[in-house]
Amino acid sequence: MSQEAAISRAFTESEVLAHDAHEAPVHVDLDAPPALTTKRQLSTYIGPLVVLLLFIGFWEYMHRDGMRRFLDKKPSLLPSPVTVIDQAFLDKRVRDQLLEGLGWTSYAAFLGLAITIVFGILLAVLMARAVWMERSIYPYLVALQATPVLAIVPIIYSVFGGSMSSRVYVCVMIAIFPIVTNTLFGLTSVDASQHDLFTLRRAGTFTRLFKLQFPAAMPAIFTGFRISAGLAVIGAIVGEQFFRQGQKPGIGIVMEQFRQKLRYAPMYGGLLIAAALGITVFFVFSWMAKLVVGHWHEATRRGS
Amino acid sequence: MLAARPNNTTAPTMVPEMNDSEPANVNDTGPSNRHELAPALSFNGVSMVYPDGTHALSETSFDVRPGEFVTVVGPSGCGKSTLLKIASGLNKPSTGSITVDRSKVGYVFQDATLLQWRNVRRNVELLAELEGIGRAERAARAAEAISLVGLDGFENKYPKQLSGGMKMRASLARSLVLNPKVFLFDEPFGAVDEITRERLNDEVLSLFTRQGFAGLFITHSISEAVFLSTRVLVMSARPGRIVADYPVPFSYPRQPDLRFDPAFAQLAGEISHALRGAHA
Repeated sequence: MSQEAAISRAFTESEVLAHDAHEAPVHVDLDAPPALTTKRQLSTYIGPLVVLLLFIGFWEYMHRDGMRRFLDKKPSLLPSPVTVIDQAFLDKRVRDQLLEGLGWTSYAAFLGLAITIVFGILLAVLMARAVWMERSIYPYLVALQATPVLAIVPIIYSVFGGSMSSRVYVCVMIAIFPIVTNTLFGLTSVDASQHDLFTLRRAGTFTRLFKLQFPAAMPAIFTGFRISAGLAVIGAIVGEQFFRQGQKPGIGIVMEQFRQKLRYAPMYGGLLIAAALGITVFFVFSWMAKLVVGHWHEATRRGS
Repeated sequence: MLAARPNNTTAPTMVPEMNDSEPANVNDTGPSNRHELAPALSFNGVSMVYPDGTHALSETSFDVRPGEFVTVVGPSGCGKSTLLKIASGLNKPSTGSITVDRSKVGYVFQDATLLQWRNVRRNVELLAELEGIGRAERAARAAEAISLVGLDGFENKYPKQLSGGMKMRASLARSLVLNPKVFLFDEPFGAVDEITRERLNDEVLSLFTRQGFAGLFITHSISEAVFLSTRVLVMSARPGRIVADYPVPFSYPRQPDLRFDPAFAQLAGEISHALRGAHA
């Protein structure tokens, strides 16, 4: 309790004092669990916040002193965080350019992800249906997964050019494996006696698929979605950076343009936006998983 | 579904006649009894060898008649579960045949096998749903079955929110919805604690006396076997075959205190002795 108060006090002392004075008698009446939750909530946010502050501090230090002292480079190669915010996000022209980039990148990533999800789940259903299907397809999925995406991108570029569809192909290629493997795992790891239950009532293939296998697989499928969504964002940006020019300049292209003009602050701004997109996608899918399976699936409720 | 067991008090007196597993319809004691005595489930020289060469069951014949509750006890791995898999049609016997109306068979698994993503009500409705029974009808049946097993108020809970005993009750309710004429139990209470097991035994007995199904129950527990059954079959070690057949003379309804009756202890002792013989 006191530790918690001390931590809060460090931030807004007067507010906490007022709060304490008001809440004190209530706190005495409460059982341990609520205090524990407050403590847990605090530590949930305090930890990451401290790391963020340390990171920003390190960044600022590298800009001011570290670049020259340790790396023997110009500090302008790493603009300070304040400069980045100022030149990338507070400058309307740059901001609009970056936001347009964010739009195109998201478009490529989500279109790619949508195709991946439909195609990947279909593939997984076929593979779950017949062992020979799984044996025939699986090695090539592994091969696709093992091939570095950067080695495929030039080929796609030669064949399809730098259009939006090329970027979408890259997304599909990089994102398909986790969807297929997680869905397949989910569909095939249904409890044998639950299968028996359906067999006893002579359930058909589709009944079994939609009333038993898919619902049981949902947690695994959502894990696949989450991993693939992150990969799709990476795929979109990798595609853009290789193709560079393009009608629909995504964040990767915008960053490349700034780099060529030696405008490093906006370039770092693009990096932050790209990171934010990846993080958002990750949390959106975690949240969706919680929404869909959280009420019955143990693991999601404990948080992941 | 709530139809009372046709002729409750006759069950114990029927037992001696059934010891020699006669073919159906021989006991022609009268028009009303004739139907009652036709076996609900009958094993005719059934044996089972699995593809991997495991000889699980050697030639086995016995009948379970309506109003009978037959329990099979035997050492681990003696093919007891195989018996149920064959009875339900999940497995085909290597030789012999069984006679049973498959559409009227209820199966209670070793674990509750509830679908984790469905609440109690929707789990209990599942089998009716698979049979294509209409929404209103299956909701009514599910509500009735949930009441019967004492899960009122838990309809909207998910399996992860239930205790082991409650899950088994939900599993029982799920089978009850189709109003089975033959109820197969595959060591259903092996995983719950002793107190819960005894309460679930009472529960099963009250369902048995109310619903009048034919029961075939598999267990390790001799006391559970004697407490529930009209008849206890002892199986030998693998390949399993029936080596002893004990009628249980106690009348229904049975009180929990029956377990401490000297006659109960004596019968349990005899079965235990036969079981040790079966092990050797």
